[in-house]
Amino acid sequence: MTTYIIRRLILAIIVVFIVSILVFCAMRFLPGDPILMVITPTENREFTEQQIAQVKKEFGLDRPLIIQYVSWVYHTFQGDLGTSILDRSPVSEKIFKSLPITLHIGLCAFVIGIIIGIPTGIICAVRRGTFLDTLVTSFSNFGITVPIFWLGLILMYVFGLYLKWLPIMGYTSPFIDFGLSTKQLIMPVICLALFPIASNARQTRSSMLEVMRQDYIRTAWAKGLKERIVITTHALKNGLIPVINLSGISLSLIIGGTVIIEQVFNIPGMGRLTLTAITNQDYPYVQGIILIIAWGVSLINLLVDLVCAWIDPRIKYS
Amino acid sequence: MTQNAKYALMDASPRVSEWRRFFRVFLGRKLVLFGLIIIVLFVLQAIFAPLIAPYPANTPNLPSALQGPSSEHWLGTDALGRDTLSRIIYGSRTSLEIGLIVVTLACLAGIILGTIAGYYGGWTHSIIMRLIDALMSFPMILLAMVITALMGSGMRNVIIALSVAMMPTYARVMCAQVLSIKGNDYVIASHSIGASNLRIMIRHIIPNCFPPLIVLATMMLGSVILVEAGLSFLGIGIKPPTPTWGNMINDGRLYLLTLPILSFAPGFALMLLIFAFNMVGDGLRDALDPRLRGII
Repeated sequence: MTTYIIRRLILAIIVVFIVSILVFCAMRFLPGDPILMVITPTENREFTEQQIAQVKKEFGLDRPLIIQYVSWVYHTFQGDLGTSILDRSPVSEKIFKSLPITLHIGLCAFVIGIIIGIPTGIICAVRRGTFLDTLVTSFSNFGITVPIFWLGLILMYVFGLYLKWLPIMGYTSPFIDFGLSTKQLIMPVICLALFPIASNARQTRSSMLEVMRQDYIRTAWAKGLKERIVITTHALKNGLIPVINLSGISLSLIIGGTVIIEQVFNIPGMGRLTLTAITNQDYPYVQGIILIIAWGVSLINLLVDLVCAWIDPRIKYS
Repeated sequence: MTQNAKYALMDASPRVSEWRRFFRVFLGRKLVLFGLIIIVLFVLQAIFAPLIAPYPANTPNLPSALQGPSSEHWLGTDALGRDTLSRIIYGSRTSLEIGLIVVTLACLAGIILGTIAGYYGGWTHSIIMRLIDALMSFPMILLAMVITALMGSGMRNVIIALSVAMMPTYARVMCAQVLSIKGNDYVIASHSIGASNLRIMIRHIIPNCFPPLIVLATMMLGSVILVEAGLSFLGIGIKPPTPTWGNMINDGRLYLLTLPILSFAPGFALMLLIFAFNMVGDGLRDALDPRLRGII
């Protein structure tokens, strides 16, 4: 087990390293001058050659690439992600202000996806072929299909504009006004949770059906155990492994989804920050945000793998 | 030939029964059939858009702006007086075109990288797969967003961005397939008669990986179309006036209270098409190789 953890950790470090190189290179080698990292394109036109050289020197862009990379990583680890082109404010400040908002929404959606998705999947597998099963299966087909920005607009129209039950946009911290915060979160979280609910239910259903056919389950039934015991202590342990494996992917999809949902519901989170940074061509922001998100996702994948190895002793530790 | 002899002949030839089994399973489910019909309809509508669409997609007609559904404009008109139905029909062109090109590019790149990684193993495998892992740590839409942002919007760049974002999934599945196939006897046999690596990969390994690749490509078509619509919705994909469903949904947001159909109609078309691709993908998976259930 320890060797497996160490091996997996080394892999994670390598991936994190490659991610940082990808981000660094993308910002420098793709069309667009690295000078855009420092000054806006409009300023660029007014600058003379000499002034540009001056700026380059000032921000260390005249140094060899490797040194630039090392110093960038060094600063990143100190929490310094550079300064914004637009308002010259430190990038990390805004990121750490909007990160909790996105985490709040994303985690709510993730947890709801598990709480609703997995039990529904189990019930469907156990009561296969019943009306409930058909209903849930059709619902999951819908859930993995529906474009969330469209669903967001429909919910907004029905519950916000037509019935006027819920506020249509904005975000309030739960520590300031819990009631309002929850009301504002209902629609965005439903949109984001729909995919995890649907995919968890589908995956749980199909893997439980697979497991329920196996010999040791028949033995458990034959011993005269109660249905509840057979399902929870025997079938569930094996049936949930694929679902846990999938949860890493669904978290990454939720993070991607927040970019869109925050735009629809006007929530000042990471997603909106990314979009604003991209439309303003504020490259230090883009660089900082995608680095943090990619590192976050790698960390989640690492955790998922470790949890799986911990639950499933059949995973090879070599 | 009597009826019985005919069946006997069919059973004797495994090829025929294989195809029969495939079509029986594939077309046996109503949802799959439904999906297939939807896809065919959308493709026909995209090809014959100029013949079907009642109005041109991009000619503004201000006097008839922002009308609700009527017998002249079945789905109403937008702020510039353009017919929503016609724009949805033309929008399916954009969606399907991008979907097909991106899936082809992502498949090719994924097949090449995955096959090389799986076939040669060792360091080659480690390097390629770690790169794929790194690419997969970016949520797909975010990766596509950043690449489009860096290269500038427009059809070509959106296609490149989406292909890069989709390729890792393909490479990973391909690599797993190759790893499971390369130990088979026929591969070892070709080695022993002196076939070159390239020949073994192209003639023996890749054709045997086809079933999961086809399934994945079908499902990917749905997600490419969805992500493309997401990019257009955010305003960093294909720019107006080119009609895309994402653009239309976004434009309609301003009139959500008065004319919700402007957003709802293109969104419904989008959902229908993605649903169809998912259903057909499911059906293909069950018909080609039921063991893939849970993997793809």
